[in-house]
Amino acid sequence: MTKPGLDPVTLAVLQAGLQQVCDEMDLTFSRAAFSPVIAEADDRSDGIYSAEDGSLIAQGSKGLPVFVGVMQFSTRTIIERIRSGETAAPEPGDIYIVNDPYLGGTHLMDVRFAMPVWWEGRIFCWLSNTGHWPDTGGAVPGGFSASAISAEQEGLRLPPVKLFKKGVLDTEIYQIICSNIRVSEQRIGDVKAQASALLVGAERLAGLMDRYGDDTVTAAIAEMRGLAARQMRAMIDLIPPGTYRATAIVDSDGVVNEPLTIALSVTTTQQGLTFDFAGSSLPCMGPMNSVRATTLSSVYLAMRHIFPDVPISAGAFEPLHVIGIEGTFLDAHYPRPVSGCAAEVSQRIAEAVFAALVQALPDRVTAAPAGTSGNFGLGGHDPEKGRDFVMYQISGGGYGGNADHDGLSNGCSTIGISKAPPVEIMEQNFPVLYRRYALHEGSGGAGAHRGGFGLDYEIELLRGHARASFVMDHGRVGPQGVQGGMDGAVNRVEVTRNGDVYVPPHLSKAQDITLSPGDRVRVRTPGGGGYGDPAGRDPALIAEDVRLGRYTAEQAKKLWNWQG
Amino acid sequence: MMAGLVAGVDVGGTFTDLVIFDPDHGTVRLAKVPTSLPNQAPGVLAAFDAAGADLSAIDLIVHGTTTTTNAVLERALCKTGLITTEGFRDVLELGRRTRPQAYGMHGRFVPIIPRDLRLEVPERLDARGRVLTPLDEVAVEKAALALLEMGCESLVIHFLHAYANPEHEKRAAEVAARVWHNDYITMGHALLSESREYERGVTAAVNASVQPLLERYVSRLADQLADRGYAHDLLVMNGNGGMVSARLVSKEAVKTVMSGPASGVMAAVATGRRAGMPDLLTYDMGGTSTDVAMIRAGKAPVSNEIEVEYAMPIHVPMVDVRTVGAGGGSIARIDAGGLLRVGPESAGSTPGPICYGRGGTRVTISDANLILGRLPAERFGQAAEAARAAMHDQIARPLGLSVEQAAEAVVRIANTHMAGAIRMVSISLGADPRDFALFAFGGAGPLHAVALARELAVPRVLIPARPGITNALGCVVADLRHDFVRTLNRPLDSVDIETVHAVLAEQEAEGRRLIAQEKITLTGTRAEYSADMQFVGQTHLLRVPLPSATPGREEMQRLFEAAYHARFRVDLPSIKANLVNLNVSVNGMRPEFDLSALIDPILRKDRAEPMASRPVWFGGWVETPVYWRDHLPLALYLTGPAIIEQMDTTTIVEPGCVVTSDTDGNLIVTVPQ
Repeated sequence: MTKPGLDPVTLAVLQAGLQQVCDEMDLTFSRAAFSPVIAEADDRSDGIYSAEDGSLIAQGSKGLPVFVGVMQFSTRTIIERIRSGETAAPEPGDIYIVNDPYLGGTHLMDVRFAMPVWWEGRIFCWLSNTGHWPDTGGAVPGGFSASAISAEQEGLRLPPVKLFKKGVLDTEIYQIICSNIRVSEQRIGDVKAQASALLVGAERLAGLMDRYGDDTVTAAIAEMRGLAARQMRAMIDLIPPGTYRATAIVDSDGVVNEPLTIALSVTTTQQGLTFDFAGSSLPCMGPMNSVRATTLSSVYLAMRHIFPDVPISAGAFEPLHVIGIEGTFLDAHYPRPVSGCAAEVSQRIAEAVFAALVQALPDRVTAAPAGTSGNFGLGGHDPEKGRDFVMYQISGGGYGGNADHDGLSNGCSTIGISKAPPVEIMEQNFPVLYRRYALHEGSGGAGAHRGGFGLDYEIELLRGHARASFVMDHGRVGPQGVQGGMDGAVNRVEVTRNGDVYVPPHLSKAQDITLSPGDRVRVRTPGGGGYGDPAGRDPALIAEDVRLGRYTAEQAKKLWNWQG
Repeated sequence: MMAGLVAGVDVGGTFTDLVIFDPDHGTVRLAKVPTSLPNQAPGVLAAFDAAGADLSAIDLIVHGTTTTTNAVLERALCKTGLITTEGFRDVLELGRRTRPQAYGMHGRFVPIIPRDLRLEVPERLDARGRVLTPLDEVAVEKAALALLEMGCESLVIHFLHAYANPEHEKRAAEVAARVWHNDYITMGHALLSESREYERGVTAAVNASVQPLLERYVSRLADQLADRGYAHDLLVMNGNGGMVSARLVSKEAVKTVMSGPASGVMAAVATGRRAGMPDLLTYDMGGTSTDVAMIRAGKAPVSNEIEVEYAMPIHVPMVDVRTVGAGGGSIARIDAGGLLRVGPESAGSTPGPICYGRGGTRVTISDANLILGRLPAERFGQAAEAARAAMHDQIARPLGLSVEQAAEAVVRIANTHMAGAIRMVSISLGADPRDFALFAFGGAGPLHAVALARELAVPRVLIPARPGITNALGCVVADLRHDFVRTLNRPLDSVDIETVHAVLAEQEAEGRRLIAQEKITLTGTRAEYSADMQFVGQTHLLRVPLPSATPGREEMQRLFEAAYHARFRVDLPSIKANLVNLNVSVNGMRPEFDLSALIDPILRKDRAEPMASRPVWFGGWVETPVYWRDHLPLALYLTGPAIIEQMDTTTIVEPGCVVTSDTDGNLIVTVPQ
């Protein structure tokens, strides 16, 4: 029950109030940001963190899912480093900047700001946000080097330092940053947007404290943590006791062409759920390593997809115990390269969680979604515009079938909420022509409820010269079918140069493939996994899919033994 | 010239409302009858019957219909075919790579046009509109014939980059028209000359697939009105808050999809203007959801980027009304952690709240209002007891509260969420809610408005004379309006300013030409100009009003920087401005109406006398006077607590608030901060 003096109504009102503070920070950040990655794709997140240990109090509901819980690790690191004297102690108006993956982060491009909120002369809590910067230096524009073998090749690494001192931007630090990143001239717009989101949050939080008193707010925060833990435990109680095992495969690390395995067993315990990753692959040479913070966040994110009602807070994570990652590629240390952790490895971790828990909660969890961000980067020179360009095409894929319905087609990545850019906008900005932007026919995994369909697009370079790079996944095995359903189709990349078709050896990852005018790149993204025995599918639905050309009659015969 | 009778008739989900103004005598006739579905015409005619109206004496009928809205939301669409660029027929099915909710991997999506009715033809333009592959006219004719064969009633022609060069679409439409059996051919660029193939394609597809329905409905209704003696043009409300002739409306049928909420906003604009409150947040609370819009300086907000539902963007200029998922039917529950939550789940109108007695079993906001004495118990009978029992079992007992405390908690949490949502709407539009008055309407708006105002620190609440017929009133007061958008998308310093002037002049001339075709009384015609701008490198647009059709380049730069600073408090002198769109809206202004006639002056008494009193819960039971709205004097001064009831709604005035009236009979509640 609630503590004396804190009635259930005030508690619910304050929970909504703190959530509102975070949502306003998210909105402020996106609306004022320059980088399309933040402004259009919402690749950012904002939250409130405890003064003692940085644990998560509340997080914006419109933040990028991969950031669920992640900033509590970097905030904790800052607090610990301030205590140990490694990082300078804050004064009112100071804002720290940090992007070091090994100090509780994701990849270098995710730059975090953190600011203490002062109340009556002491730190009441921290506000922090993350924004995906378009570039933080390193070997390739944008930071996704598929063949990096050390952190230095991936970009500029910032330990926690004060970027704003007593409310004023430290131009010396800022100049060092700008000298090490590409397209730095627009960065000031994003930096101001990121800082102003924190200031708006501080102002709104002060409003709540004025109105309800800091004692009440403190009591509510403690109570909310307990409530969220209870709520997560109640959800876990839906899981029949036992151990549920699953694996997920990352195609390769981009450097060594060997699959990486995520081995997971989920066990119900008195305390909640234990996620044991023992037996997963060793740290890898290429950039498909994950850091501890990202691995934990990926588990949290998967659980949030399964139980979307449980608010994001440290309390909700309390019953979730992640073990067995030490010594594996899911807990990499400096200087292992990590650029693929946020976009790809995180989604394989989520897939493993889905595949384990669908056995326990078959009505609630779906078959595996495409689970790749489908990053295709093209950099080169456009003679018509007389300038260099860097283009990114992200793409969706099919979602998994589930107990209720077929999977969605061309859904966005498990860890994202961002829309893909329109073909017309891409052709306005870059010297490319799309030959096709179509449904990846036949890609949905067969099942009683089939997977959704992936995307099938082909791009031709019109002029100049360019180099293509790919960071995708599921080229080796398709997204898993469950409960008797079949896997979705794999991701395929084909490069046609001078009429010859080239398939990258790593299937879904490659760097610096040279293109001349007329050369083409075709990408077919994965379909979702099927759910349930294909024999259980309504024949009318199979006939409908054939009539609409989503499968050929031959495919339908093979997959469903369709005789129509 | 004498102004004749003007009628506004609006079809809502449950009721069809009619307002007839007689400007010469300053009188009003009202009617409220059940909506008829799916054909709304019998309900419309019944409303005129109920008002005892002689149609031959009416000079103008303006109609708000949800015919297209319902067709879209229920996917009860006409069979429509698509002819599109080779390689791109799946654009309408693939969307923009999204899912319905941020969390949860479930979801479905049904494209507006099914895959077998989407055919491709060889043709291709580049982003500048240059022809890469010429149009294959034989293929177009073959495709059109195939779609006819499959039983399509209407046709969409949608080519990549047609916004940059419409010639292929125009030519294909000509070729198709030779074999097509009616006029229902929509070209993608004609409705929206803006890049983004999914959004433009969906807008065109929705237009084509509701066009025949709207045309049939409107022409049949016009005939039936004519049979009963109506001798003039029927006008129909559009989603931009203006109206167009029934003869023209179905050509751009998609513009009527969001017309219901738009007319409510137009009524608020007119009411606020007369009341001297040009800055309003409109708050229309219904059974399942709440609509919110922000009116600044007496102008309705317009956006061309509205998403009607998941993955259904309709990118034509429409009044920017945001929907919040909380209404009278929102369900209260204790979650698995023991926290009280309200919504987003809703009992809707069927089964609805428990107190409606239609089989609802879960406690809702309306039930809480009833328990707290905010709604008159006598209207609910036995079901009131059931609501009380359910509140006890579902909320009060688990939380260890009394039934009244539990009901109060439900209302308070609902208000917190709605206030939060309203704040988000205002912040996303760059404004502070405290600078506005709250304009409350709809059946449930006035029940919550004062508490919400307190939560938002909004100083004043305006409750119009007839909150329950606001949309019909919007039909009566709205202007004629035509909107135009043209995309330039160039850095301002490289734009030819002569081109800017030419585009604005051309758009204005077209609007004036369309308005001149209408045969109704106008007091004048006015054009408004604006530009959608951003800093180079940004993706969000900021709408910058332009003072004239001939702005200077430096002037545009200055206006943009000022607007940007006002919104974000940021100056970015080192970054160039980009001019994305030029917009003109041309308004044919209608005569103003004396809104004081909405409540019959004869019924008004000299002094405010309560007709009764009843206990209402304001943190404890307070015996509260109940007033009948129609009896209140125009010179009003009341202090809360008070309840003001009228035919179509109940207004709650909390203790400490002061209620006055203005000469139009609006209630103005001053909320202490």
